[in-house]
Amino acid sequence: MTDNKKVVEIIKVMAEIIHENAQFLTDLDAPIGDNDHGINMDRGFQKVLEDLPGIENSDIGSILKKTGMDLVSTVGGSSGPLYGTAFMKAGAAVAGKNEIDADDFIDIMEAAVGGVQLRGKAEQGEKTMLDAMIPAVNAIKKGVDAGKSPSEFLADGVQAAKEGVEYTKTIIATKGRASYVGERSIGHQDPGATSFTLLLESIAALY
Amino acid sequence: MVGIVIVSHSKKLAEGVVELSRLISGECPIVAAGGLEDGGFGTSYERIEAAIESVYSDDGVIVIMDMGSSCMTTEMVIENMEGKRIEMVDCPMVEGAAAAAAESEGGSSLEEVKKAAMEAAGESKF
Ligand SMILES: Nc1ncnc2c1ncn2[C@@H]1O[C@H](COP(=O)(O)OP(=O)(O)OP(=O)(O)O)[C@@H](O)[C@H]1O
Ligand SMILES: [Mg+2]
Repeated sequence: MTDNKKVVEIIKVMAEIIHENAQFLTDLDAPIGDNDHGINMDRGFQKVLEDLPGIENSDIGSILKKTGMDLVSTVGGSSGPLYGTAFMKAGAAVAGKNEIDADDFIDIMEAAVGGVQLRGKAEQGEKTMLDAMIPAVNAIKKGVDAGKSPSEFLADGVQAAKEGVEYTKTIIATKGRASYVGERSIGHQDPGATSFTLLLESIAALY
Repeated sequence: MVGIVIVSHSKKLAEGVVELSRLISGECPIVAAGGLEDGGFGTSYERIEAAIESVYSDDGVIVIMDMGSSCMTTEMVIENMEGKRIEMVDCPMVEGAAAAAAESEGGSSLEEVKKAAMEAAGESKF
């Protein structure tokens, strides 16, 4: 499905898409958060981009791990330790591999969800990035089991993530900064669920 | 003495808590890790790590955080400083820091300093 060169390409697209959507993500964070999600994510991915040349020839596990470490050290908001742990756990799931298949990809996505849950102790339904991540991973798994191609199962994942983002509009935040605004968080989509969807779309864009 | 680190999204808030604690316990090794490198709001892995190292001794260090990423980032720093005596304390920042600093200055152990900070949560102000 992917070799390490392609993983590097994917991460570059992620950085690009996050950069293009930085203002949009920050604006989503204004009514229910502290108006910084896009700024945070962009700062993190710019650092990732800067460090990519040094790790381009490493194995996929190392590339993902380094990406996670950069996010932890530069994002500056909750999305830093959360996405950082997600990438680091994803890297650990494919440690030493230069080539991965669809099953490895599922391992990566499950490890990422596990990382976010380990760090943030949230469940599905608390209006966080998990509300996009968990349905996306389930849809991807279903697609892989049905023998679909990467472009098909990634499209299924993106579709499920988008539905997850829509769902976040209907619920009250009980984790993270948005939990302070309580009921007033209804009607607003979660910034982190939205950024996850953009990251998954970045992967899908190359298939 | 047990070291104390105050982690906040705000540089000013972290420094203020340290300042206030030092008024009472001038000898206690208490430092701030507030805001980002550029002084903006947020939590910085590097600043927290450096702050812990700056007050670390065999007596150990306690870390008091504000909310959200302060706790998550501190947790990651501690995980990566394996084998050292560093503990996060879930307590009110101002009262917990003042109580912990006084306890530390008196030469108490890490457990006692932590307990003093935690007990600050149950005390009513008036
Ligand atoms: N405990 C958690 N578990 C999962 N996701 C979370 C959690 N807390 C926050 N998030 C996600 O992080 C997003 C916000 O990221 P952002 O970069 O704006 O951090 P922040 O909330 O400003 O951080 P801070 O904790 O420093 O205030 C939310 O939209 C949500 O998806
Ligand atoms: Mg925010």
